[in-house]
Amino acid sequence: MSSKLNNEAVLSQLTNRFGNAILESSEPYGLLTVEIQSSSLLEVVQWIKDEPSLQVSFLTNIAGVHYPDTTGREFAVVYHLHSLVNNFRIRFKCFLPENALMIDSLTSIYSGANWMERETFDFYGIQFNGHPNLVRILNEDSMDYFPMRKQYHLEDETREDKDDRFFGR
Amino acid sequence: MGKIEDVPTVNGEGFQLTVLDKVIGAARANSLWPLPFATSCCGIEYMATMGSNYDLARFGMERMSFSPRQADLLIVAGTISKKLAPVLKQVYEQMAEPKWVLSVGACASSGGIFDTYSVLQGIDRVIPVDVYVPGCPPRPEQIIDGIMKIQEMAKTESLRRRYSDEYKSLMSNYNIESDEQ
Repeated sequence: MSSKLNNEAVLSQLTNRFGNAILESSEPYGLLTVEIQSSSLLEVVQWIKDEPSLQVSFLTNIAGVHYPDTTGREFAVVYHLHSLVNNFRIRFKCFLPENALMIDSLTSIYSGANWMERETFDFYGIQFNGHPNLVRILNEDSMDYFPMRKQYHLEDETREDKDDRFFGR
Repeated sequence: MGKIEDVPTVNGEGFQLTVLDKVIGAARANSLWPLPFATSCCGIEYMATMGSNYDLARFGMERMSFSPRQADLLIVAGTISKKLAPVLKQVYEQMAEPKWVLSVGACASSGGIFDTYSVLQGIDRVIPVDVYVPGCPPRPEQIIDGIMKIQEMAKTESLRRRYSDEYKSLMSNYNIESDEQ
């Protein structure tokens, strides 16, 4: 079923309403992807949920990304949202610098953001301001680093029985 | 009454002589109550092993024990993440002596393909293992072979294995309290 909304219309509504907070947009594989200022995240998500013509009221996913080589925007938080009424999907991206890894929590708008934000914190160390219980969720509690950051090896560094020569290291 | 395994007996009129060690060993080996600690695909193979085709019950294991208190054999079948490791260790500690551990498949034995920060690289890092079954996953025949090896151990080991210095030092290596005699 095709969507009742189209990307151009939604994007122009967003830029009319938020102007400077909308930094960039693209449509990879037809999915409207909008980079927004992290300080405006709550406002945008709240508005797009309440706006009667859009009703983007379902939070599909929150994820983190680490781009160690882009100075000043090393981390991204990606939000996938879905309008069940209009069958329309949208993706928001917020980039954060490594020295100020903080973004507002969406838990005040979507309760479902709770565990997703905990997971993003668990793997990337991104702080979500206003989160009720920002502690590790999947990894063991004693873990003292954020394993999905690129500087850490994927492999378990404690094992001795694998010969590096056979594993391309 | 039929012959019990290979326990030698001397039969006379109204009496039968045998060796207590061997009788008890045979009894233990043929009534091992396994606790399946199955976490992934090896667990599915283990279910087949328990099913009617392979029928582990033939080996005196009709009853799965889902309480460690009544289990003799801990069968670890599947990937154990580091977060799960303390749980596995606690289950092992709750089992009463004598107890044996069968590590089924590559993941339980060595971490397998999961050479990654979140996976325990072999359960022998937290608990002692008696028999390792290789395979990814192993076929039921292999699991049965591993269990028969455990039975062999149960038959031939000293009944007081848990009081031997070797066993005690093994346990202390794992920081597990062992029984005092």
